[in-house]
Amino acid sequence: MSAPAPSMFTPAAKAMAEKLGLKMGRANLEEFAATLEELAKANPNIIAVTSDSRGSGKLATFAKNLPKQLVEVGIAEQNLVGITAGLAACGKKSFGVSPGCFLTARSLEQIKNDICYSDVPAVLIGISSGTSYGALGTTHHSLHDLAVLRAINNITILVPADNFETREAIRFTVKATKPVFVRFGKAAMFNLHQPETKFAVGQAIQLRDGNDVAFIATGETVIHALLAAGKLAERGLSCRVISMHSIKPLDVEIILKAGRECRAVVTVEEHMVNGGLGEACAAVLLQNGVSKPFRIVGIPDEETVSGAQANIFRHYGISMAGLSETALKLLK
Amino acid sequence: MRRKLDMGKTLLSDRDLALKATHLRKKTLEAVYDAGAGHTGGGLSCLDILNVLYNRILNVSPETFSSPARDRYVQSKGHSVEALYAVLADRGFFPEADLKTICHYQSHYVGHPTRHIPGIEMNTGALGHGLPICIGMALAAKMDSASYRVFTLLGDGELAEGSNWEAGLAAAHYKLDNLTAIIDHNTLQISGHTRDVMNNEPLDEKWRAFGWAVKVVNGHDYAALTEALSKPAEIGKPTCIIANTIKGKGVSFMENVAKWHHGVPSDAELKQALGELDAAAAKLKEAA
Repeated sequence: MSAPAPSMFTPAAKAMAEKLGLKMGRANLEEFAATLEELAKANPNIIAVTSDSRGSGKLATFAKNLPKQLVEVGIAEQNLVGITAGLAACGKKSFGVSPGCFLTARSLEQIKNDICYSDVPAVLIGISSGTSYGALGTTHHSLHDLAVLRAINNITILVPADNFETREAIRFTVKATKPVFVRFGKAAMFNLHQPETKFAVGQAIQLRDGNDVAFIATGETVIHALLAAGKLAERGLSCRVISMHSIKPLDVEIILKAGRECRAVVTVEEHMVNGGLGEACAAVLLQNGVSKPFRIVGIPDEETVSGAQANIFRHYGISMAGLSETALKLLK
Repeated sequence: MRRKLDMGKTLLSDRDLALKATHLRKKTLEAVYDAGAGHTGGGLSCLDILNVLYNRILNVSPETFSSPARDRYVQSKGHSVEALYAVLADRGFFPEADLKTICHYQSHYVGHPTRHIPGIEMNTGALGHGLPICIGMALAAKMDSASYRVFTLLGDGELAEGSNWEAGLAAAHYKLDNLTAIIDHNTLQISGHTRDVMNNEPLDEKWRAFGWAVKVVNGHDYAALTEALSKPAEIGKPTCIIANTIKGKGVSFMENVAKWHHGVPSDAELKQALGELDAAAAKLKEAA
């Protein structure tokens, strides 16, 4: 018998979430699948393309309810992206849905040329991204995707933090006239936003204000930054928390404001520290003459530690305790 | 029922096409010469295929290029772009004078096809991309019950890219009889004979085994190309046309010589090549 996967949240983290009034939602993956199916029922032009990934993409009911709007290509991600591009070039709103690890590595040339360079309004969905597949190991992790796609012209990159951001991101992709990549994981997420929150691509969402430390986080690490801010508040520190759901275009203004107004900046991402959100923020701050104590929290440039996603997060300090510690060290 | 669109197909005889081909080959060579770079041998090998496609087969013209009902052509072997540019210019997609700007600073006419150029459907150049894209296009046509056809041109050396075989499975799986893949089978690639670099023969048996309807034709025979391209070979199957061609076709010293894959002619070589093509044109006119 294998040991059960450890919880992403320690009892102390769960207690803090409760204190902050956060409620657990569902996995962003499930939110994506439900949103896409709802939109596709109203719009027969929406086509999902899968590479034997309808199960892992939670699209089994989509396939059952809308069989004419799903194209199965088999385990062939290069073909998946090319076909997604061809559909988009002929007027379809096509969604290439595949695990982020394969989609953005094996098919990178197809993304670069067939979608971005050819400028077709296709959408790529990296499911179970980051370290979602945990103990399955590096073959199944996508910790490079933000870096490689940031280096390609003509693609919007969205990394939603919770169900609300996921739903809004998918709604955006349906209307987009340019290529979009969205990545998320498969673990259940706390809901972070109030119902009246506005979502706009290129505009990050500030979840909490403060001037001691600014946490600029993306995707499924945002919750950990928010919990850390709650913990640091108990020590009398006020921390700003920003959900940078849009990696490209980046919200430059909110980064500069955070850098100017806070004593230190910590970026957090479920991605290699090379070429992701942290380095993007560092470039923004440095090129605008803003110099503050700064730390990038992510997966370091080493063979990623083995274990479940929760083990990996804690190992690299992507946790309430780890981020609090990083912030305190920076303020010393 | 195939929608009839008067998309300006020309009514040229085989001899007219042959005569036009001498002009297009000259333009191709001049384009490579003017750019100081390019892909000569493969352009000359596929030129007759392009000539037939754009003058006899494709429901597309400069006026109807934005019509959703147009036929789609994606040149997977994007490096043979000079020949494609020459044919598109001849068909009026853009002025022939533009050919002088290929590969120039800030020119839209880069060394591989891009959608900045009227008549180009998709940006290609990295090999093994055209066929998957065309499957998406052919699926879209089926979904919309549209009657347009989708064509792609592949190099035989290009077939070493595995993505072609992923696409080969999918096209047959989805019974895409609105899709035609043409293989420019000139048997040479940059390093030498395809059979020596990475043997892919027997090509016809491979594509048949993948579930395609296969036709083998002389890729310089206008009547044979026209017959093969005019309609899908078999209902319920994608069509693969293996067009046997000669790399460097039409210029004696370039024919079947691998180094002319991307060779740029010198002044003397260009003069000789143009002279040979002029002589061929004169002979065709005499025969009339």
